[in-house]
Amino acid sequence: MASNMTKEAIVDRYFLEHRAKVLDIAAFLDRVDRTADGVSDFRIEALLSCIKELQSGKEGRTQRILNLLSDQTTEPIEFAGMKGASGAVPPVS
Amino acid sequence: MPYIDPHIHMVSRTTDDYQRMAQAGCVAITEPAFWAGFDRSSAQGFVDYYRQLTDTEPKRAATYGINHHCWLCINPKEAEDVGFAREVISIIPDFLDCENVLGIGEIGLNKNSKNELIILEEQLALAQRLDQLVLVHTPHLEDKLKGTNLIMDAIDNTSIDPGRVLIDHVEEHTVRAVLDRGFWAGMTLYPDSKCTPQRAADIIEIHGTDRLWINSAGDWGPSDPLAVPKCRVELASRGHSQAIINTISYDNPLSFLSQSGKFSVK
Repeated sequence: MASNMTKEAIVDRYFLEHRAKVLDIAAFLDRVDRTADGVSDFRIEALLSCIKELQSGKEGRTQRILNLLSDQTTEPIEFAGMKGASGAVPPVS
Repeated sequence: MPYIDPHIHMVSRTTDDYQRMAQAGCVAITEPAFWAGFDRSSAQGFVDYYRQLTDTEPKRAATYGINHHCWLCINPKEAEDVGFAREVISIIPDFLDCENVLGIGEIGLNKNSKNELIILEEQLALAQRLDQLVLVHTPHLEDKLKGTNLIMDAIDNTSIDPGRVLIDHVEEHTVRAVLDRGFWAGMTLYPDSKCTPQRAADIIEIHGTDRLWINSAGDWGPSDPLAVPKCRVELASRGHSQAIINTISYDNPLSFLSQSGKFSVK
């Protein structure tokens, strides 16, 4: 059920939207750097790993990035200490 | 063309949203029971909530020609207290005969804890015993992959037909496994988490339309009650046929939900 759009049509339609998103990521990382706080954050580390995956040149980047951002353990945890999610896998304390 | 939004939390939305949805072609919705953004202080709070879902919201929706249906459960975010959750579960059968109740949902996991899993299993047992359709919530973000697998394993341990279970909030890393194990799959269209309309269209192009639907899951957080028609526009703009668009946003929800014997589209 492939789209009827050509490669050129896809790029024409979506390029500016995603150019803006790349600039948003760059501005976000710059904003973090300007805090001059040297402590690393697992979410930033995860984001940088995802950016590397973008350059893999292989289809399926979305699924692989979601897997990079997913808890890969298989057993239930003992207790739900919070309701929310971080968006990346927190380090084991 | 008419569409169905099979997952939206209208108790958190304004009457203006009903109007805009009707103007965009919405003819029917289903509203799963969910977390209100705070923990209820007593099981009696759920009695009031279920009355809202079975009495108040259908009337509000009908004003705009939208047929309102709902699902009942205790959601996984309030399932850590097993005693409290069991008290709520004991209330649910009193409401299942209401004419707009389609089944048990949205049950599932949130942080993938042992207590959440216990309450999921007990609500699956209720659905099995009373022959109810099941609507499943899968966890957010980093917890989704693990939670989806735990949920599917829990359902496989029952005698519930996977064809009577919709597993919602699938994304690129979970959709294939859900479909391959015989379940229906829902894609939730959210601006920041879950799927955008563009990614949902990509998933349809990659995985087809069989046992797949789209929904807005509009609620009190960042969400868009018009996400379904926006995804329809996205598909149309890519040159997909009206038949495919109708399959994903009308025919598939109609097929799954009609198994309840209670779903209707005016």
